[in-house]
Amino acid sequence: MDEILEILKDLHPDVDFESCDTLIDDGILDSFDIVTIIAEISDAFDVKIGAEQIVPENFNSAEALWNLVRRLEEDE
Amino acid sequence: MLFTSYEFIAFLILLFILYYAIPARHQWKLLLLASYVFYFVSGWKNGLFILLTTVSTYFLAKGIDKLHREQAAYLKEHKKEMSKEERKGYKAKIKSRQWRLLLMGLFLNFGILAVLKYTNFAIANVNGLLSFWGTEKRLPFLNLLLPLGISFYTFITMGYLIDVYRGKYPAETCLGRLALFVSFFPQLIQGPINRYDEMKETLYTEHLFDAREIAFGLERVLWGFFKKLVIADRILTGVTTIIKAPEVYDGIYVFVGMMFYALQLYADFTGGIDITVGVAQVLGIRVRENFIRPYFSKNIAEYWRRWHISLGAWFTEYIFYPVSVCQPMLNFSRFCRKHFGDYVGKRMPVYVASLAVWFTTGIWHGASWNFIVWGLLNGIIIILSQECEPLYARFHSRFSVAGTWWYSLFQVVRTVLLMSSLRMLDCYRNVPLTFRMFGDMLLHSRLSQLFDGRLMSLGLTMSDYLVLALGTVVLIGVSLAGRNGSVREKLAARPAPVRYAVIYSLFLCTLIIGAYGVGYDSSQFIYNQF
Repeated sequence: MDEILEILKDLHPDVDFESCDTLIDDGILDSFDIVTIIAEISDAFDVKIGAEQIVPENFNSAEALWNLVRRLEEDE
Repeated sequence: MLFTSYEFIAFLILLFILYYAIPARHQWKLLLLASYVFYFVSGWKNGLFILLTTVSTYFLAKGIDKLHREQAAYLKEHKKEMSKEERKGYKAKIKSRQWRLLLMGLFLNFGILAVLKYTNFAIANVNGLLSFWGTEKRLPFLNLLLPLGISFYTFITMGYLIDVYRGKYPAETCLGRLALFVSFFPQLIQGPINRYDEMKETLYTEHLFDAREIAFGLERVLWGFFKKLVIADRILTGVTTIIKAPEVYDGIYVFVGMMFYALQLYADFTGGIDITVGVAQVLGIRVRENFIRPYFSKNIAEYWRRWHISLGAWFTEYIFYPVSVCQPMLNFSRFCRKHFGDYVGKRMPVYVASLAVWFTTGIWHGASWNFIVWGLLNGIIIILSQECEPLYARFHSRFSVAGTWWYSLFQVVRTVLLMSSLRMLDCYRNVPLTFRMFGDMLLHSRLSQLFDGRLMSLGLTMSDYLVLALGTVVLIGVSLAGRNGSVREKLAARPAPVRYAVIYSLFLCTLIIGAYGVGYDSSQFIYNQF
């Protein structure tokens, strides 16, 4: 989870990622951020996030992203 | 069968009576029959193509889904004895088989679309090259059939096949039900590009006679007829006259043609979608909305989120994200980050994927360089706006204009003018001519040209201009009224005399001043050609 928070804070240091759960709904993350996050996560965790996983439920909060990574790790 | 033809109205009345007379569990079967009648009336050969797409997609999706289920069952059964590596290997093997089935579907169906829609465009380009090299030889053009709505139903079915491959939902087990999803007649010829998971909730369920829903649906259909017959078909003559004779209608008439076409396209396409959504609602079926007052957008990116929404969503889901996060693109992003810094590395995948989407959007609209250039220019303007964001932010922090009504109006007008300028590529016969006329408009427009007699030679009379002006005021008024909630809901809340007065006025306007009857020939919807 800390690594996810670090990736997100690198992108937007001013956002409180620990509590925010509307990152997509409120337009905080845009397409540039999503592609960067996917590239960073694939480097850090050795998982592949496919286009089908790019839905608000997976990107709205740091926790949702962490759950996605764990799910993918279990699947791998 | 045109939506605005008497045959279509008779077809709808008959369907409506039968639909609510038969047992509700058979309604979807009647809809399937009606959809195929609607489609086969346009030519039996057309029907063979939609059948081929439906049947091939049905079996391929079932094949992919069967592999999903086999994989789940196998992994569950052998969970304890399999190592992580073995599980990974097994999944990769299944995925590769599913990928092959998906590719077969994509190649077959996009292949049919490509051959029928783009072969002559390719031949024209080859002939252009042959002429450039100075050879006499030319390839002959082919007389190919372009089935009605092929671009729409191909995208609908391929979206379904990709979703099943991704495991978003299981494949449809009944061929008839899938055939209805693909061929549902209101959406067949100009969209919206519906999704199976949304449609299955409404398409196959039993629908009881609901007077309120039916009344709302009919009001929507009437509004669509008003837009199409009173505005779009009336202004068509003016647009055609201007663009067919660019040597006569230059200067400010290029601007007149540009704005006429913007109005025609809006009234034509949104009118067609109003009829689609309204007819579906009369049958108790909800389909996607395709427009949210697009001409009130403040920039092009927002405009494209509000115009032809279902097509934009399709491209985002099935082209933009897959291209921007595929492994080669991630590697390219890393390469750019390493050599050109984080800023470039972050943007490159998105910009490459955006241009791929806009190229495809362009060529989807038509097999010509006009549409390709139109698509790419949209993409380039959106990318440039994105790059200018810091500049806009500095401007807004220095001058507190954001949020003022006049600055919002400026942004809206700017977007309308920009989009209308790009659409000139839809009108003139080739790209160089379009740019020449655009230049002519910028350099040689004079207000006095409006009074030199040419305005009255466009095939429109004073009464036509009056009807168009009033129609535009009504369009803008309804759009403004719809900003904070459904106009039909608001109308329903009014006293009955007010409600009926509005509906009857709209009905009488459409009946009396609609562009049909003797001397008129209701034209095809523009998006039918795509």
